[in-house]
Amino acid sequence: MAEENNTPTPPQGFIRRFLALPTDSVPKTIFVAVSVCLVASIVVSAAAVALRPMQAVNALKDKQINILQVAGIYDPSQDVVEAFGAFEAQVLELESGAFTDAFDPASFDDRAAADDPATSVALSDDPAGIGRQARFVTVYLLRDEAGAIDKVILPLHGYGLWSTLYGFIALEENGNDIFGLQFYEHAETPGLGAEVDNPRWKALWKGKKLADDSGALQISVSKTAPAAGAEYHIDALAGATLTTGGVHNLVNFWMGESGYKPFLENLKAGNL
Amino acid sequence: MAHKRRDMLIDPLVDNNPITLQVLGICSALAVTSSLQVAFVMAIAVTLVTAFSSMFISMIRNQIPGSIRIIVQMVIIASLVILVDQMLKAFAFEISKTLSVFVGLIITNCIVMGRAEAFAMKNPPIDSFIDGIGNGLGYGLILMLVGVIRELFGSGSLFGITILETVNNGGWYVPNGLLLLPPSAFFIIGLIIWAFRTWKSEQVEAREYKIQSVEAH
Repeated sequence: MAEENNTPTPPQGFIRRFLALPTDSVPKTIFVAVSVCLVASIVVSAAAVALRPMQAVNALKDKQINILQVAGIYDPSQDVVEAFGAFEAQVLELESGAFTDAFDPASFDDRAAADDPATSVALSDDPAGIGRQARFVTVYLLRDEAGAIDKVILPLHGYGLWSTLYGFIALEENGNDIFGLQFYEHAETPGLGAEVDNPRWKALWKGKKLADDSGALQISVSKTAPAAGAEYHIDALAGATLTTGGVHNLVNFWMGESGYKPFLENLKAGNL
Repeated sequence: MAHKRRDMLIDPLVDNNPITLQVLGICSALAVTSSLQVAFVMAIAVTLVTAFSSMFISMIRNQIPGSIRIIVQMVIIASLVILVDQMLKAFAFEISKTLSVFVGLIITNCIVMGRAEAFAMKNPPIDSFIDGIGNGLGYGLILMLVGVIRELFGSGSLFGITILETVNNGGWYVPNGLLLLPPSAFFIIGLIIWAFRTWKSEQVEAREYKIQSVEAH
């Protein structure tokens, strides 16, 4: 009622006419809903676009920190970019297990490569739940003073319960001893599946072996120790059966025939 | 007026605290108080979101139709929360990783909605802003109190700086692991509410039901 008394003459202009409507009328309701949504979406998308470059830098730095951590040489006081210079990045062709010069490791985008039909294959047997697998991946080598390979850091990913887990595994120069495993991106349940980030659980991976002497893959992440023995077994996370199963599958997939097996054979034979 | 505004800032700290008196925002208080640094960032984020959402809602309060007022409030709150989340990802990446889903859950924090609906819809923008700051600080105060207890006795440190040298690091203090788990925040908040209501007995709520004695048949 008050509005009508305040506006003896009909208000001019499109927006004013709407503002003068009684608050609970249908056109006013639609007008308010549309304009609030419009303003909110403009603000949110402007912020997202403006801040994206900084977020990308942070995400890259976080990935580099994770590679440093999994290789056991992360020092928080040191500059990340500088410390990361210790690694030699190489693009690996999975099928042949050899490095390729077709791509520049500095600009090669693993995720884009997995989506591009030219550089990836659709998987029919897909225990890791990744759909398409890139034929090329970026791997990181850590060399000792003499120039011999000391550790290799291999990316791996696979589906857990809610999300794809992206991580790295660090292997010793014999291609069979695990130095560490770490995920840098996932959206598993905090407190349960997200315990893959727990330092105590990650420490379980150190010193485990992938395959037995005959070369058969034995590594398992499960509740009970497999017959092969404790050196191939990582205890499951309590309360996170599906995440644990996902980690088991993705490690077995990436260390198997369609993963890094040819590369690890070459590494063992010293063909790199 | 100045006096009233000061009261609006100070009232929610103890006398009308959103956590201890209104018992709102408990969910996030359980989740983010195991380390002080995270609790501190969460407190700032909630304070800013509450203040600015109250202010914006108050600015357009006379135009918001009653039938869609909750949705309009949610849109404004959600947009501000996304802004905070994006800012954290750009400027405080480590903290945003630790807070993970809880930043997004500020949207569902009853304190934000509660102030929007109870105060901002009926009061002018500046008052609503101050009220939002006050309630955010009240929430933050309890968060910090719980955080101090949990981090000090759970991991022997404050803001990540070691105070009590734990046995794992070669010291003498055996940390209480329970304090790092969410249920411990329930116990601590319960004890804080008890302490507050003993100190200020007018906060004790009247019984809604009285157990009646029935004569034996």
